[in-house]
Formats: sequence, C-alpha cells, structure tokens
Amino acid sequence: MIAAFRIPGAGRLRQAETASFSFDGHSYAGVEGDTLASALLANGVHLIGRSFKYHRPRGFLSAGAEEPNALVEIKRDSARKTPNVRATVQELYDGLAAQSQNRWPSLSFDVSALGDIASPLLSAGFYYKTFMWPKSAWKNFYEPKIRAAAGLGVAPDQADPDHYSARFAHCDVLVLGGGAAGIAAALAAAETGVRVILVDEQAEFGGSLHFESGAKIDRQDGFAWAQSAVAKLKTMDNVRVLSRTTAFGYYAQNFVGLVERVSDHLQNPGRDLPRERLWQVRAKRVVLATGAIERHMVFADNDRPGIMLASAARTYLNHYGVTVGRNVGVYTANDSAYAAAIDLKKAGVGVAAIVDLRDNPTGPVIEEARALGIEVNFGRAVIRAGGKLRVSSMTVQPKNGGGERTIPVDAILMSAGWTPSVHLFSQSRGKVAFNDETKRFVPGAYAQDCVSVGACNGTDGLSATIDEAYAAGAKAAKDVGANAKGNKPKVDASENWSRGMLGAAPGAGADTTVKAFVDFQNDVTAKDIRQAVHEGMRSIEHVKRFTTNGMATDQGKTSNMHGLAIAAETLGKPIPQVGLTTFRAPYTPVTFGSIVGHARGPLFDPTRKTAIHPWAERQGAVFEDVGQWKRAWYFPKAGEDMHAAVDRECVTVRKTAGLFDASTLGKIEVVGPDAAKFMELLYTNPWEKLEPGRCRYGIMLREDGFIYDDGVVGRLAPDRFHVTTTTGGAPRVMNHMEDYLQTEFPHLNVWLTSITEQWAVIAVQGPKSRDIIAPLVEGIDMSDEALPHMSVREGRICGVPTRLFRMSFTGERGFEVNVPADYGQAVWEALWAEGQKHGACAYGTEAMHVLRAEKGYIIVGQDTDGTVTPNDAGLDWAVGKKKTDFVGIRGMVRPDLVANGRKQLVGLKTKDPKVVLEEGAQIVGDSKQAIPMTMIGHVTSSYWSENCGRSIALALVAGGRDRMGETLYVPMPNATIEVEVTGMVFFDEKGERLNG
Amino acid sequence: MKKYSVFAIAREAMRGHKGWEEQWSSPEPKKEYDVIIVGAGGHGLATAYYLATVHGITNVAVLEKGWLGGGNTGRNTTIIRSNYLYDESAGIYDHALKLWDGLSQELNYNVMYSPRGVMMLAHNVHDIQVLKRHVHANRLNGIDNEWLTPEAAKEFCPPLNISRDARYPVMGATLQRRGGTARHDAVAWGYARGASARGVHIIQNCEVIGVKRAPNGAVTGVETTRGFIGARKVGVVAAGHSSVIMNMAGVRMPLESYPLQALVSEPVKPVFPCVVMSNTVHAYISQSDKGELVIGAGTDQYVSYSQTGGLHILQHTLDAICEMFPMFTRMKMLRSWGGIVDVTPDRSPILAKTPVPGLYVNCGWGTGGFKATPGSGHVFAHTIAKDDPHPINAPFTIERFRTGRLIDEAAAAAVAH
Amino acid sequence: MLLIRCPYCEEERPELEFRNAGEAHIARSANMAGESDDDFEKFFFIRSNPKGIIYERWRHMHGCARFFNAVRDTVSDRFLLTYKAGEPKPAKLPGASK
Repeated sequence: MIAAFRIPGAGRLRQAETASFSFDGHSYAGVEGDTLASALLANGVHLIGRSFKYHRPRGFLSAGAEEPNALVEIKRDSARKTPNVRATVQELYDGLAAQSQNRWPSLSFDVSALGDIASPLLSAGFYYKTFMWPKSAWKNFYEPKIRAAAGLGVAPDQADPDHYSARFAHCDVLVLGGGAAGIAAALAAAETGVRVILVDEQAEFGGSLHFESGAKIDRQDGFAWAQSAVAKLKTMDNVRVLSRTTAFGYYAQNFVGLVERVSDHLQNPGRDLPRERLWQVRAKRVVLATGAIERHMVFADNDRPGIMLASAARTYLNHYGVTVGRNVGVYTANDSAYAAAIDLKKAGVGVAAIVDLRDNPTGPVIEEARALGIEVNFGRAVIRAGGKLRVSSMTVQPKNGGGERTIPVDAILMSAGWTPSVHLFSQSRGKVAFNDETKRFVPGAYAQDCVSVGACNGTDGLSATIDEAYAAGAKAAKDVGANAKGNKPKVDASENWSRGMLGAAPGAGADTTVKAFVDFQNDVTAKDIRQAVHEGMRSIEHVKRFTTNGMATDQGKTSNMHGLAIAAETLGKPIPQVGLTTFRAPYTPVTFGSIVGHARGPLFDPTRKTAIHPWAERQGAVFEDVGQWKRAWYFPKAGEDMHAAVDRECVTVRKTAGLFDASTLGKIEVVGPDAAKFMELLYTNPWEKLEPGRCRYGIMLREDGFIYDDGVVGRLAPDRFHVTTTTGGAPRVMNHMEDYLQTEFPHLNVWLTSITEQWAVIAVQGPKSRDIIAPLVEGIDMSDEALPHMSVREGRICGVPTRLFRMSFTGERGFEVNVPADYGQAVWEALWAEGQKHGACAYGTEAMHVLRAEKGYIIVGQDTDGTVTPNDAGLDWAVGKKKTDFVGIRGMVRPDLVANGRKQLVGLKTKDPKVVLEEGAQIVGDSKQAIPMTMIGHVTSSYWSENCGRSIALALVAGGRDRMGETLYVPMPNATIEVEVTGMVFFDEKGERLNG
Repeated sequence: MKKYSVFAIAREAMRGHKGWEEQWSSPEPKKEYDVIIVGAGGHGLATAYYLATVHGITNVAVLEKGWLGGGNTGRNTTIIRSNYLYDESAGIYDHALKLWDGLSQELNYNVMYSPRGVMMLAHNVHDIQVLKRHVHANRLNGIDNEWLTPEAAKEFCPPLNISRDARYPVMGATLQRRGGTARHDAVAWGYARGASARGVHIIQNCEVIGVKRAPNGAVTGVETTRGFIGARKVGVVAAGHSSVIMNMAGVRMPLESYPLQALVSEPVKPVFPCVVMSNTVHAYISQSDKGELVIGAGTDQYVSYSQTGGLHILQHTLDAICEMFPMFTRMKMLRSWGGIVDVTPDRSPILAKTPVPGLYVNCGWGTGGFKATPGSGHVFAHTIAKDDPHPINAPFTIERFRTGRLIDEAAAAAVAH
Repeated sequence: MLLIRCPYCEEERPELEFRNAGEAHIARSANMAGESDDDFEKFFFIRSNPKGIIYERWRHMHGCARFFNAVRDTVSDRFLLTYKAGEPKPAKLPGASK
C-alpha cells in the first residue's frame, strides 16, 4: 500500500520495496531508501518532537544533518537505545522502532507545554536573575526541577554491546563532501593516480543534486551523473570512497577525523560488523566541498510543524517521492524556494502562494512559477503562521505594513538564502571573510594546505562550481607531484541562485511578545537576541552564551547567521564588527564509542604480566595493579583472609625462606668506557671505586634535589652496571638517563639499554635461601666469603644464564636471581620445588612491604613523595660528600631544603601495640588543639608486624629525628591515637640476619 | 544597579523585557586609573569587584583583549572543591568555597553554585594511600572530605562501574559534599555587573601591548591597542597569557602554557548526579543543568597558545569515561574546545607582589583555577589595595622557586611505586 | 595530532611517537654546585613560554629514541624546523613571520 503522501512516479526510491517501522508505538509503512523523516512524512506525520525550553510542538525543518527539531530515540533492544537521533538522517530499516523525546505524557499532549504560556517569564537568561532565595532552595528545589525539565533524550542505562572500530589512513588528496563539487575534485585528482579519499555524510553521493531537478551534467540527470562518477571512482585502486561518513574535526597539519556509520542503517547488522568506524586521516592536501545550508525565515510562529526549508521539501519530493503537504505556501527572500514551488506544482501539489520579501525580483524561475499559475506576491512578508500541532495558515502583509490576508496552507516552505558551510575550514584555523554583497561569510585566509570549492566557498552555479572544483582537484594532485589528464565534466543545465537575507523578517515583530524562532531547538527568538544586546551583551559570544543561540545539538547550522544579523542590527554595527562565533569540532555530534574504538576493557590500557604470573594465578594469588603491571599481592591459602595470609608469609620468610617475584622492578644496563662517570653524575652515590662484582644502593635525584628514584646497582664489570629502579619509575628513569646522556653529557661514551623485560627476577629471601638456591647454581661460589651481602655474580642456574645478586629487601640473607625472562617460570618452579623441601612460601607485595618496613627500608613514592630530600629520608650517607657534580647537587642545598624543621622520616610505635595506624593519617603535637590543627607530619607506611608482635609505622614528621622518644598524636575521627617517635628499624636492629 | 528577582522578571515580562538595564557598561577608557587589572576573566573581574566592595577602590579599569569571560572562565568544566592536601592550598581553596556558598546572593546573580559532591576515585593501593592522606589532612583542617567504599561510591553515583574485572577497578573514593559545580559564564557576568555598578570600567577589545615603568622601576601604566592608560598599580590576571604580559614588564616567569581540552555531550535527562574525578585514568565528568555531560581532558604535552589540541587527548579521556561508565558509548560528543592553561613548576598558583613596584600577578592556576575564582579575587584585591599579601595568599610567592618552599600538590600525589 | 619531522630518522611521524621535553637551549652549568640560588632558579624554573616562536626539545620516544630540537610557532603549532641535539640555535628560520 502506498502511503498517503507518496506521489506515484516521483522520486528515486523503488516504492515497491516496503519496510515497516514504528513511531511512538504506531506502525507505519515506508520504503527502502527512506529516512525515518521521509517515511513519516509519506504517512502525513509532521509532529515529531518538542522543543527544549517551551516544549513547543515541532516538525521537520530540514532533510539533513542540520536538523534542529526531529530528534528521536531509536531502540534496537534494551541495551541499544540511542537518544537524540536526527530522523532526517536515520535511514529506515524494516522493524525500526523510534520514540519521541522530551514530552509527557504524549507528543501531542505535553503537560510541559504550559511553559509556552509562561514563556514571557522565561526570557533569555531568566535563570540568572532568580531562584536565589532562600539560599538552600537552589540546590534542594529549583535546580532539581530545572534539571528534570532540561535534557532531551534519555541516556542508555546498560553497557553497550556494540563495538566500534578504528582506522588510520594517509592520502594525497582528501575530498570532504560528495556533492557535485567534491565529486569533480575527486575525479580530477584521482585521474592523476594520486591517492584520493572522497567522503560524504549521506548514504548516497550527490549532495544538493538530491533535489536539484534542473541539473544536467555530461548529458545525464545530475544525481545520475553523481552515481556513475562515484561508481567509476570506486573502481580505481588509488581511490577510497566513504559514504555515511562525516568529517567531524579538522586538526593541525591536515589531520582530519571521520566517523563512518557502518551498521546503524541495517536491520540485522552482523555481530562482526562494528557500529561505527573512526578514520583518522592525514592528507597532503584537503579539498573542502562541504556545500551550503539553507536558512529559514524568522517570523512569528515559524516553528509550527509543516513549516520547513524549501530545499528540504524538494528533497522529499525529488528524491523520496513524498510531498510535505497538499496545499503549500512558500515564503522566501531568494530564488531557490521558487524551484520548490515549481517542482511541487508539477507533481500535482497545490501551491497556495509564493510570498517573496523582495520588491521586484526577476528571473526565469519567477517567470516559470507564474507560467504554472502560481500566485506570486512581491514585497510581502508572512507575519505569522496559524495552527498548533500543524501549520494551518499563513498571514501575509506588505512588508512595510498594510492589510493582512490569511491564506490556508498545510505546509510553508521557506528560504532566507544559503549559508556556506565553512565549519571545517574554520576548524582548520582559516579566517573567514564577510562578503557584504552576498551577505555571506566565505573562506578568507587559509592556515593549512586546503582549498574550498563550490557552495562552501561562496561559488554560485553548477558550472562555476564544477570548474572550480575540478581545477582544485587537479591542482591538489599537482601540488603532490602528479599531472592531470582526465576530462572535466560538462554542465549542460543548472540551477542558479544566491543572495537572500539575514536576520529577522518583518514578521518577527520589532518588540512585542511574538515568538519568531532563530534557534528552534533551544527556543531562541529574535526578541531574545535583542534583549541580550539591550542587557549589554556586545560580543556575539556573549549573545550566544546568554541566549544559548546556536548551542543546541545542531550547533547553529541554521541559526547562527540570523542571530548574528539580529544582534548587529540591534547594535547598529556592521556584521563583521560583531564577529562570528568560533566553529568547533565536531561538525555533527559524534558518539563516544566511535572515538573510543577498541580501547575498552582489557584494551583500555595494556596489562603487563611477568613470566611467573601464570604460576601465581594457579596458586590463587590475589593481584594488585602497580602502574600497568599486575603484581601478586598475597597468596591466600584456603580459609585465609588477606591479613592471615600476609602474617603467614612474613613469618615464614623470617623463619625459613620465601620466594618473591621481583620481575617488575625496572632494570637498565649502563655500559661503556664512561659508565662509571655517568653513574657518578646520575646518582648521588660514588661509583668509581665500587669493585666489579659488588652492589650499592643508589639514589637518583631530580635537578631540584628531591628523591626521584632508588634501587640497587650492581657493577658487573668496570664498564658495565646493572641498575634497578622502582617498578613504576622504570620508564621515567630511563628517559631521565637518556636525556642527560644525549643532551647534557653527550661526550660520555655510554650506552643505555632497558632490560626490564629481558630478565625475570626471583627474590629468594630468608635463612634458608642459600640452601634453596645453591643446588641449582653452577659456576658461582655461594659462600659468604666469595659472595658477601651486596654482591653480584654471573653464572648459570638450572642450566640457564643468571645474574645472581646477593641482596636483601627483607633484612634476611637474600638473593635475587635474574634469569632470561623466557626461563623465568621454569627457574621459579625449580626454586619452588627446592623451597618446598625447606618449608618456604611464596610471598606477595604486601608481605614484601611489611618485611621491608620492619627493617626501615623505604619505598620511594610511598615514604617519599617528590618533596623529600635524601637528608629528609635519613639517606645522607648515600650522598657522595666529595663529589663535585651530580644531578640534584645544587637543587638540594637551596635555602628551604636545608632549613630547620623539615619533615624527616622516622619510625612510629603506637602506645597500644595492637592499634595499626592508617596510612595517610596526620600527626599532631598537641591533641587538645581546636580545628584547624597544626599538622606536623603524616604516616607513610603502617602495618601489623606478626614478626614484631605489634604494629609498626614509618612517618614523615617535622624535625622528626630530634623527637626520638617523644609522644605525638594521631587524631582519628573517633579517637586520638598516641604514638612514640622511634628509629626506623623495628626488627633485628643490628642487621645480623643478613648473614644469618 | 536594579535588583534581579522573580518580581523583576514578572515586571519586565509585562513590557516585553525592554526595561532591563545593561548588565555592565562599555565605557571608553580614561587616561588614568588607580588600578588596572589586565584580564577580564573570572579572577580579574572578582579582583575588581572586591577592590570596589571591600577596599572602596572604584577607580579601576579591567582591560580585556577579547570579550569578558571568554578565556578559561568560559572554557572550563566548572568543578569546585577544596579538599587539597597542604594547608596553604586548602586555605585558599576553602576560602573560595566559603565565598561560593552565598555568591549568588552577594552578587544578586544566580551563579548556580551546586554542591552536588565531588568524588575522587582510587584505583590502586597507592591511590588509597594518597587519597586517605587527603581525607585526614582535610578533616584536621576543618574541610569536609570522606572516604567511601566502592559500594558507597556507586550508591552516590549509580552509573559508576565498580566491577572487579575493570582494567583499573574502583577501590574506593573520597567525597567532598560541599564540592560541586557552578555556572561559569554567570560568575564572570555577575562579577562584571557588580563591579560595573560600582564604577569599575570594563574595557573589552583592549589588548595590553606594553607595560610602562618609571626610571625608578615602578609601574606607570600600560600601552594598549586603544592607547596608553596610566595607573600606579597594575594587576596581571591573564591566565595563559600571564607570562606574555609579565615579559612586557621585564619579569620572566616560572610558567608554561599548555592546551587543555574539554567537551560536552548532547543534553540528556538527569543521569549523573555528582562530579567524578579520576587522576589515575584521567577522567573528569559531571552533568550540567542543561543535561550535557561535561568532560574534562588532560593537557597536550607542548606549549601552545592555539586554543586547540589533538584528538588523541580527547580520545584518551573518553576511553577512561567509557571504561568507568560503559553505558555512555552511545552518547554523542556535541562540542569540544580548548583553553590555554598556565602551569607553574609546583602546580600551585602565584598570587603575589612582583619585583616591580606596583605590579602584581595572579597566575599559574593550571587546570584548576575556576574553583578558586572568588577566593583568588578576594585576596588578590587585598594584595593590591594594601600592597601586601593577605595571609591566605602569602605563601603563593614568586620567590618560592628560588628558596625551594614549594607547594607541590602534584608531587605529594607522587607516582605509583 | 602534530606531525613531527625527526632529524635523525629524516621522516615525518605522528606526535604519538614523540614526547615533548620542554624548552631547548637551556644549558646545564659545568659548575653546577657553584651556581647561585638565582642562577639555579633561572636554569630550572624560569621559562620563556613565548607566544610565537619557541625552541623546544622533543624525543622520538617510539622511534629512534633520540632527543632533538624543534622550532615551532606556538600560535599556529606549525613547525618551522627540527634539528639535531647539540646543533646551535638556527640563525635563520624558514618562513618565519617574525
């Protein structure tokens, strides 16, 4: 069955191919190739939405991406609901389900439309002037009410099951816009053989050829020419053609973001298809062929459903075969709307009258309209529209006043002229220039390697457009080194118009209470803009922000120029002096999903795992995130909570031994004849005299004298150091070293290699550690004499090479076994088997933290925080006193860094040994003081120590080392905890166990 | 200044809103003023307002190269909070927060300060340590800030993904209930209206191109695109351009200016009740009264005055947003933009006298200046009026970089070990 | 995303491969320990932060890993020149407006 407003034989759709769909629960029939808008119009449905502020009934204004009114929710299933979809862009598929938004209880009866009656109170910026009393009412009453009334659609409430894809692309010539101009430019460039990408936002190429029935190119109908030209381009290997693809952002150095809508138009998109695909394109040259957008006329009640842009009505007729009414009126200030009237009349639709604001226009379209018997009125204005849910009449008056005449109509087609789409040009940081004669902003000075052609460049007429575009395409190719050799398309017939008017028409009312809409979605009227100017807003940016003109989801595509003109007129200034608001990306709204692409879940950020990770997983380890690494936190046995597991691990390490995966520690190899000199400069410690085979704890500062990183460094040979860093610090330490080596000390003959991923590191700590390792080691004398604490040897373990460090971060006899990462798990398992014989355990990072705290070993980044000097941390001993230079040597003696009273790292013992302090808790000297209290420090590390049988803590405390034995206080919300300042070593103070 | 109220609106509604007075006047510049403020952003206008209201100094010009409120004031994500770690920072931001509460009434302009709560997420053990350190320090400073479990965080912000399977699961959060948002334009306009009504000249489209000094070094005025304007006190409040202006006076600054981007989604019905920040995954989000999700991104890595930035920066931010709020992938970005933020080496502002007599500077707010607007203006006005800093801004000197007495909130957060 | 020419690789590559490393041509003193507080402040904290031509350092982090220098206009973000670390500040700039 053919829908009531579908005209047999009109348009390009195959009307037999039907698709059923629903809107607000009503079922309708459309045809394949329809948009939701054309399908609804074919069924006579104009009422599609409600406006933002006044909840006025609204219909379709346009047939494209500039649509401010026709926003609906499309629901595929409960998780795939998309709000604010433009019905004029959404392609129809069988079973499509759409809902109207921002109305209650129904679209035709919306309670909030009462706001329309109260609208005199809701003037521009009214909310800045009221809702201030009483003070608390804003948060508790007014704001919630306003928020509930605002917003358009409803955000999805479930995770999105669809996926999004991403591509990078490079090309020689990127053509944005696939109308006549873009196709011509693409042809010219493509024929030279350079790499071309042609992009258009619509399903089919052709741009305004969708509706321009008068265009003939190469002896074909314009739209047919566009299809055959694009078909030809698609066959070329050097050309990529992307439809349904919006160029949304033009960034620095010809970097353009595109979003391709891959499956939103499909009834049953396969699961392997992404919903959308982001293209990030770097082009040597860009051709902007983005066309122009028709403007509406600004007059009273110009928002009634059925009132639309003339070109939209033409598109619905000439492309979709749908008439937007039976008895239409036309209101125009330029020629283009005549063509709409003519096309409709020829299709058998009644045209009540053309009302033309101009006094005595002449031209072929006017003659043709008259010849078809259409009533044409010059020098007249439509001063208001009648009707509510649908326009019913237009009232016409001579523009300088006089008798009114009301003409019944069921649609009004309007055109105030065309606004060149300079959005992307402006985003490219090009400067627009105002052409006073044609009342248009057109591209002026360029900032990037791009060129505008056709309507977006203010070029009128198809012939001139194709000439210009073809030449631009050829030149772009030539600029990248290729010569043109094709044939320029020949224009046999075209339509031609330009000019028009900007700002309010007489029907907008000079003052009064009429609502002549400039920005439909945000309900901004001509009066609002005048009011803003009266209130002192002189910059167009202020007018925009105060009235919200151009800030709706259409971003002012139809409203900005009118708003500017009305502001300029009110100010009595020329338009360029009032300025144009900035165009910002995106050109049309872009889903978060398309920008995010694959970067979700596990791919949000890479996960780094050690070679031993799978073993730990099998043992049921709980992991913690440290930077990008997953580290085994603790290894709970059945029935153990974290506390019990950690206690057991800590005790076992000190009783027998424990294995710990230390692979995440950063490792850098410093090699070369000047390696020791380099180390001298990068670390506070002296290195020249460190014997090969020995290790030293090194401190790295930034130039400002604060601790940057630390780690044990082994000297493998006179010219070779094996440096370890903190887990999180590895990349920045490497960068820091490279920076100094390459730029400050390039005379040093040194190479740096990151070896973090090359070596797996297994710490074996505890009294039995040597017994566990020794049976597996070849070629290394493990005796205390041959391998004392803080030494390193190369040899083999389990048959693979090892760098065996004798070192300890637990205070026990300890080793760190470095093996090539590929053998990490095998060696671990061998050590584990040996360890089992001695009752050793695996321990995680939490036990590691407790064990080192028992010994007062610091963790950079936890016990220090970027404001701590070596002296503050009690590490003065690690600063080479005789050294004349190292990074940080000057910074660390600045006045405030050597002043008295600095915070120093100390130990804390709670008076009640069972009480464990909270890390981050603040310390005061006087617990009785009132808030705000004077805080003298904070707890940096705090644990229950099963080995000590009490809690232990480290803290940074002002003048801490002079406070030994002092009682301080940690005020907590419910109680104040008494603590005693102590040394930092809580266990084995003499350090005897290192050789125990 | 005619008072704004619902009655005024009703009165004006009767006559087509034609009786409103200008919110601020646009006078021609005089030859000389007592004080010139360079920069008509929120901080500069607030400074002028408090010079007039607190110190009785009304012969003041605020010079603006573009349009008032058009810099970072009109480009930020409007987050307000005061739960900073150090006493100095907590002091100035909480001073501001107390002024926010009541600012609409003070200015008779609804700045829509909305204490909807600011939540900061912890994603690992290190985050917990750092955020709890803040909670404890804030409590003893009398600043509200509380610790929430992941479950409590989700109750406060239902869209939050607290799944343990997330790449960086939420392990807890802090909540400052007095934190929230305000309407950025209204802040600039409200201060402009209040200052203008008291005689302050706000001169837009007037770019400072030179700072004049007497032989003894003291400031005598500024050269502008609209001619020389004299003043013996000049306060520079030019955000990203502060070092450019200070260079004109011969003062080199410890500042670098970076692009900072933000974006909003299309408006939707209320879905996001508070402000959520995550420094670990770099995401900052709230929902405006209009219904737009307002999302802040990080800075680009290079110095720039272009007010634009790279798409990959927004991408990184939206990655994080969609990771924490997986239902938002179908939401659409409506508008994105960039500002220029001036960053000091310790990420804390400079509000101080300068080595040049009569020259004062208020800059270096980095990515967080909006929240400080009332407090910053209030103490900077004091500094200019008295030629001596207010106790609250006394620590925020230029000299601290020489002595090492930094106020390093960023360093205090350190980097995960 | 900027497009940056690495003077070592002699190729233009996307910004994602690079890390900015701050202002260029700020030499570290050969006698660091003897610097005054003022000189240290100038060296470590004070920056020219120009609106216009900046001399800055970049590292081709995910490429050859070399540090190099660039001349860029901070208003347009356009690169005028890149050159190797250690080379002197160029006396003449191609296509510089000021």
